[in-house]
Amino acid sequence: MIANYGYKDGSGEYYISIDTDKCIECPAERACLTACPKDMFEIITDDYDDEVAWVKKEKTRTLAYDCTDCKPAGGHSALPCTTACTAGAIKHSW
Amino acid sequence: MNAEVAAATAAPEKKEFWRWQENTWFDETKNWKDAKIITCGIDVGSVSSQAVLVCDGELYGYNSMRTGNNSPDSAKNALQGIMDKIGMKLEDINYVVGTGYGRVNVPFAHKAITEIACHARGANYMGGNKVRTILDMGGQDCKAIHCDEKGKVTNFLMNDKCAAGTGRGMEVISDLMQIPIAELGPRSFDVEIEPEAVSSICVVFAKSEALGLLKAGYTKNMVIAAYCQAMAERVVSLLERIGVEEGFFITGGIAKNPGVVKRIERILGIKAVDTKIDSQIAGALGAALFGYTLMQKQAKAA
Repeated sequence: MIANYGYKDGSGEYYISIDTDKCIECPAERACLTACPKDMFEIITDDYDDEVAWVKKEKTRTLAYDCTDCKPAGGHSALPCTTACTAGAIKHSW
Repeated sequence: MNAEVAAATAAPEKKEFWRWQENTWFDETKNWKDAKIITCGIDVGSVSSQAVLVCDGELYGYNSMRTGNNSPDSAKNALQGIMDKIGMKLEDINYVVGTGYGRVNVPFAHKAITEIACHARGANYMGGNKVRTILDMGGQDCKAIHCDEKGKVTNFLMNDKCAAGTGRGMEVISDLMQIPIAELGPRSFDVEIEPEAVSSICVVFAKSEALGLLKAGYTKNMVIAAYCQAMAERVVSLLERIGVEEGFFITGGIAKNPGVVKRIERILGIKAVDTKIDSQIAGALGAALFGYTLMQKQAKAA
């Protein structure tokens, strides 16, 4: 399942998508949890009883601001979350 | 003060044009007492609450009403509305699943499941196993969902930050135009020339833009058409992010508004799958069906 967390508003589209099929058997020992400096990810049991990562509910409306420091303008050449996720489950839409 | 003076000084009754039809239904050809497994889905949404009863995996009855000021009471009232009609008690129900914004606050629920999974399951029941893309236009959010032939979600996105493209947005326009909400859709087609969509995707600014259009000489019907078109364009842009496949189904209260539905179909070039079941109950129906599946699994394991 591709789970898209985020929003679209007048300034653009901001979604973090997580491919839960890749996330279930995490080869990176849930490295996304510690890689994100804003502590945005957590592990939940989803509706189909799979343990997967998701973006915390309170963060889904502020992605454009929370993720800014990890974008190239913040001095990063690669996103810490997508780099940590060696399964390639995490993607940003912007 | 005599009655005449009191009547003259009383505040005029404010008409609630936005108020949509609450309704209760049950299948009179069946008797719930004959069912082996009775499950219930309670969808406590931001604007409306539904209770759906499923007997042996088939829809039996439902109650759809406006959400009150707290989730537990809304859940109780929704369920009580249908139970009173059919003479059922809470103890007669084998399993209750809560869904929607207030799902964790349904006091008598055995389990809570997200509305995304429940809408997909409900749409699969209502529209058949060919349904692949679901658009849920809820009271204060909008969801685009892909599912497989069993109604299992394969891709989804939800927009709950912006009220554009939601039922609440349509309620605001209904009140502004002073036209009952059920009439907005049909009236949006009663225009000589289809106007362009209002330019703002924000409900607040769309409202002020609508006022500007009225001042500029637009008829009410033209303003409604412009707003319906804007709403259609807005939700289609959400759908495009996950893609649209054949087997397109719309759930939620806006599915009852042909002014938006026909325009979505026109933009996408796809006709939405028809159903005779109230589109607003999809989430609660899916929840009740999940409950039925869980009961069956428990029975097999025992």
